[in-house]
Amino acid sequence: MRILVVEDDRDVAGFVVKGLRESGHVVEHADNGRDGLFLAASEAFDAIVLDRMLPGGIDGLRILETLRSQRNTVPVLFLSALGQVDDRVLGLKAGGDDYLTKPFAFSELLARVEALTRRGKGDGPATKLVVADLEIDLLSRSVRRAGQKIDLQPREFLLLEYLMRHAGQVVTRTMLLEGVWDYHFDPQTNVIDVHVSRLRQKVDKPFSGPLIHTVRNAGYMLRSDAA
Amino acid sequence: MMDGATLGHAGAQSAPGLQVAGARSPQHPRFLRSAALRFAAMYALLFGLSALALALFLWWETAGLLDRRIDNAIAADVESLAQRWQEGGLPALIITIENRLAENVDDNAIYLLVDPELRRVSGNLSSWPTDLTVHRVWAELPIERAGIRSLARVRTFTLPGGFHLLVGRDVQVRAQLRDLLTGALLWALLVVLVLGVAGAVVIRGLFRRAMANISATAAAISAGDLSRRVRISGRGDEFDRLSETINEMLERISKLMDGVRQVSNAIAHDLRTPITRARARLEDAALHAESEADLRAAIERATTDLDGVVAVFQALLRIAEIEAGTRRAAFASFDAAPVLAGLVDLYSAAAEEGGLTLMFVCPDRLPLFGDRDLVQQAIANLLDNALKFSPEGSIVRLSAAIAGGTVTITVADQGPGMSEVDRARATERFFRGEAARSTPGAGLGLALVQAVALLHGGSVQLSENAPGLAAMLHLPGAAEVARGIVATADA
Repeated sequence: MRILVVEDDRDVAGFVVKGLRESGHVVEHADNGRDGLFLAASEAFDAIVLDRMLPGGIDGLRILETLRSQRNTVPVLFLSALGQVDDRVLGLKAGGDDYLTKPFAFSELLARVEALTRRGKGDGPATKLVVADLEIDLLSRSVRRAGQKIDLQPREFLLLEYLMRHAGQVVTRTMLLEGVWDYHFDPQTNVIDVHVSRLRQKVDKPFSGPLIHTVRNAGYMLRSDAA
Repeated sequence: MMDGATLGHAGAQSAPGLQVAGARSPQHPRFLRSAALRFAAMYALLFGLSALALALFLWWETAGLLDRRIDNAIAADVESLAQRWQEGGLPALIITIENRLAENVDDNAIYLLVDPELRRVSGNLSSWPTDLTVHRVWAELPIERAGIRSLARVRTFTLPGGFHLLVGRDVQVRAQLRDLLTGALLWALLVVLVLGVAGAVVIRGLFRRAMANISATAAAISAGDLSRRVRISGRGDEFDRLSETINEMLERISKLMDGVRQVSNAIAHDLRTPITRARARLEDAALHAESEADLRAAIERATTDLDGVVAVFQALLRIAEIEAGTRRAAFASFDAAPVLAGLVDLYSAAAEEGGLTLMFVCPDRLPLFGDRDLVQQAIANLLDNALKFSPEGSIVRLSAAIAGGTVTITVADQGPGMSEVDRARATERFFRGEAARSTPGAGLGLALVQAVALLHGGSVQLSENAPGLAAMLHLPGAAEVARGIVATADA
């Protein structure tokens, strides 16, 4: 994937660029707003990681607004030290696809960027999701694994659907909290882990070979071991 | 004594202070920018106005009385002269007029009888006044009598046969009265001026003394002595009331300052500890790690410590953001029932995992006006706490009720509870109860709940659940808030 990182702090930028390259992405970097806007507007990227506050007179919000006014739909993730609720809302309203507050864990950034690119492609109105021998029907809300029907609670179904849509990608606890429950705060207790472990009881335990994997220090990933 | 000291102080300051003051506000010299002077000037003005009103009243009363008397005398004169004419004709009238003039000791009577051609027949005026027509009945006009100019009030009367009679009185005395009153008024003006200035000085002194008391306290407080209070004279007057209000404000400020000091101490402790730990781990690893695995493990633990610091930071910033009240702009009506149901859905799995029962009682609709996300987070914090402190096999109960326009959301657990002393302090930032010492957390959860409650105009109440703790979040219902807004708009 081709990713543009617009970030003025050299240490943070170096860390992000290195991490993304190690994960197999092609990364371009701009350390000010003007270069960032020039690159974003003139070349094609699969995703942009954009700092809110940038030197050079053009801040992240301006870059995004300019891009969107040119009908550029490249997925954009804001990376900002402005962490208040209003800042977040402002960023998303301007056309941002996701918002991550500094300081951040790289695993969280990577997971979100990869989730963005999947979202960006737009699968179209798929009615069926299949991973290995697990398949879910989005219309009838039914789940089958190895031809056997599995009964899930509505919330468990949503959780599985989210994991399936991001199959092969790391999904963090915060992403699940935001994507499945639409909550924007960190509960202190391990509520998400409990929900995932319950889902495992139904989806993985009775069958051979687990599909839902725990990624250490990051979150979860749904994938077939064969892949 | 204090007054003299302050005045002297002000006087000593005024000379060097003049330039600075002039630079700040060039249109007014320094002495005009004194409230005491303004009050004193107002006092002098009022004093002068009342003196003027008194003088005008006097003028009206005396001059008016004289006028009425003169009119009556003239009318009586005219009547009796007319009678004389009827009785004895022209000669009798002439004799009567001459007698009257002879008898007139005050020398203020004026008579003139003229023939149809306006030639003088009798009387003490040499000729008919030129600017008086024979048809005007009453008039006031200047006359010249025996070479002396004077003012007269006259009545004319047309007799049969074309004769005209003029009867009048010299009213020069009234002019003298006016001069007298004007003189008195001028003197009074002088007295008013003197008294006004004296009063102004007294008022200014009173003001200065009252202000000196307050400003000395304020100066001491800005210099750092927060224990100083404004002295109260005990007279119970306006200045005392002002002083009391100021003292109350100072009390509140010093309480807030204590709070801030406490919070900064807590921040120092709660953030320093994990930062110190992380630093020690990193330094220790750098110096003593024997393998790469050791190094990585140390770095990972240090990162976890720093994540803890970040979490505390974020919680503090969020509380500050809520307390600033800016979120109120995003308030909207919403139904809290599905919000609670969603939270129960989120937490029930964790509760079951911990061997707890999460009970949920809620009306069908729970209309609230506020910030949905914040209310959600506040209740999540309460549930977090309840789950954290509940022993296995116990019940956590989330219930909601509407009573008298107030929505009450209660989270009750059967954990160790809190002592009354702890309950009173539980919503302070960084406060951690006895039972919480051994559990992870920063003591910010209830502080956030409190901030959310206050933002919505509600309150948090902690009470004994015997055993355990019941946390109640009281929020004004949507209808109540709407009514409140209407009431404010009306007012």
